[in-house]
Amino acid sequence: MLAIPVLIGILFITFVLNRLIPGDPCRAMLGEKATDEVCDAFFKRYGLDQPMIVQFGYYLGRVVTGDLGDSMRFGRPVTDMLMERLPVTIELALLSLLVATIVGVILGVVAAYWQNSPVDLFTMIFANLGVSIPVFVLGLLSAYLFAVILKDTPFSLPPSGRLTAGVRVQPIAVAWGMEDLSGLPRGLLDFFSQMYVINGAVTLNWKLFSDASRHLILPVIVLSTIPMSVIARMTRSSLLEVMNLDYMRTARAKGLNERNVVFRHAMRNALLPVVTVVGLSLGGLLSGAVLTETIFGLTGVGRTMFDAISSRDYGVIQGFTLVIAFTYVAVNLLVDVSYAVLDPRIRLS
Amino acid sequence: MSISAGTATPNVELGTAVKRKHRTLWGDAWVQFRRNRLAVLGLFLLILIVLGVLLGPFIYRVDPKEINILDASVPPSLEHPFGTDDLGRDMLARCIYGGRISLSVGVVAMLIAMIVGTAIGLFAGYISRLDNILMRFTDMMLTLPQIPLLLVAMSLFRDPLRMRFGLEMGAFVMVVTIIGVFGWMPTARMVRGSVLSLKQKEFVEAAVNVGVRNNSIMWRHILPNIMAIIIVAATLSVASAILTESTLSFLGLGFPPDVPTWGSLLYENRNYMVKSPWMVMFPGILISLTILAINFMGDGLRDALDPRQRQ
Repeated sequence: MLAIPVLIGILFITFVLNRLIPGDPCRAMLGEKATDEVCDAFFKRYGLDQPMIVQFGYYLGRVVTGDLGDSMRFGRPVTDMLMERLPVTIELALLSLLVATIVGVILGVVAAYWQNSPVDLFTMIFANLGVSIPVFVLGLLSAYLFAVILKDTPFSLPPSGRLTAGVRVQPIAVAWGMEDLSGLPRGLLDFFSQMYVINGAVTLNWKLFSDASRHLILPVIVLSTIPMSVIARMTRSSLLEVMNLDYMRTARAKGLNERNVVFRHAMRNALLPVVTVVGLSLGGLLSGAVLTETIFGLTGVGRTMFDAISSRDYGVIQGFTLVIAFTYVAVNLLVDVSYAVLDPRIRLS
Repeated sequence: MSISAGTATPNVELGTAVKRKHRTLWGDAWVQFRRNRLAVLGLFLLILIVLGVLLGPFIYRVDPKEINILDASVPPSLEHPFGTDDLGRDMLARCIYGGRISLSVGVVAMLIAMIVGTAIGLFAGYISRLDNILMRFTDMMLTLPQIPLLLVAMSLFRDPLRMRFGLEMGAFVMVVTIIGVFGWMPTARMVRGSVLSLKQKEFVEAAVNVGVRNNSIMWRHILPNIMAIIIVAATLSVASAILTESTLSFLGLGFPPDVPTWGSLLYENRNYMVKSPWMVMFPGILISLTILAINFMGDGLRDALDPRQRQ
């Protein structure tokens, strides 16, 4: 299992980064006028007078108990900020992945089925364009197209933000009349409440649902373009490979119609590599989210990270890097596992 | 494209040494490459862009840094083909100048990534003792989320390097190193894979048997045989380096805004997009076209140089 050493490696890197920060942590926290005695006490209190390796131990202990430190800029615990902003990114990333997978697989199948036809050529040029246009160029151009050129037409879409002013959001717990709920269940409900589309759907708040969805259309299109192109290319090449195998000829020979041959026999095998690509693009989506969120003004993980870097808010940088890396590793692990579940050949060997 | 048929047939009856045109791997690849229309289109586009960027300043003699407030935000016209920006600087000249930086970042970062990737791949593939540890390290680097780490690394090393190498050069050194250091993993994996299979080939065994030392086998016998895949990887890696550079600059963390690259041109002009879209449109189109051209070419090269993948 690669996951454990990678996690420890990531922990170590974030720890070392924190130590590399130029400047004196004591005077950064307590102000320029802190005396040496005060600082000694400060160092002692936070264990900064201990050897590095001991400090790393302390740090591990804090992270394991869920303490990621505080944001210097906002004066709030990093975990609070995560609870508020992680849902935004998860919602965006999952919706994009959904769109990318559905459209990508369809495009790939179409291209493979009519191989070397104009449809195929067109689809592949489209897929190549998709990986070649940088996320931010696509973002800026689509914002320009839908918010400026198409303004005052039915097709106009909001270029930034999550909601139109005036649309109200209610925590799910409140809408369901479970205000006295507390602890973890409440925390989870609040977490999901931040995903406005889901919130709108489960509380039957149609106004919230439609407005949040409209705001998400452009970011989702922009973020899903790259994984969509990759998935389309992968589906096409893997389907083409499978189509030439012997059992396909057998399937045709025994008189199955073409649709059954493609969808029941070819697709099952062809989609295996696609699963890997889908899983791996989730990691890329997190990176892409930095750009997409910056362009469309969504306060998710990526945007927060970017702001923290510009303002040198190291607590936030450290905590968020850690969480992003954890997610990344977890996704990779999930892909490996799902691969074994889907492909008996891997399970048995 | 029959190269041999014409000259070979008349000699058949003689049965003597058939004299036919010598076919090399590269000649073969070129024939194959030319058949791929998209790849040729990519090559053509790329040559056009590179020539434009290299020779542009000699033909289009406008200073990219000259400020002319009276001519600010002028739409594209004959005098300013790409328009001007908010300070009246000529966008075409800035795009040309920025292209030089963007392209050289791509090439230099690619070189770093290729050298590191090839070396690690070669060692991992050839020396079994190192295989496990090197590949686990590669896997770890691949699992790390790139953009957040790039951002953190940039914010950490920017100032020391600027102090050391000066504003423009410091940024260049940093951008190139960081992109290179985060970009070698796919190459290392591919190289290792082919080294593993080449190691079993007879010519390597022969070399071992006549007493060639491991070092020479690696660099003189195996390396030339994996050149093809390295070239393909290098091509695609230029594209991704250019993309990463523009991403970093777009986030304001690459080159400082007064050094124009395609990415930083977008960054500094993105707020004027509504009023003067040309400031954003042209750099954006240039980045996209360049990457598209390189990707087309890379796909064509892969088909041409790797016969196993030919259909």
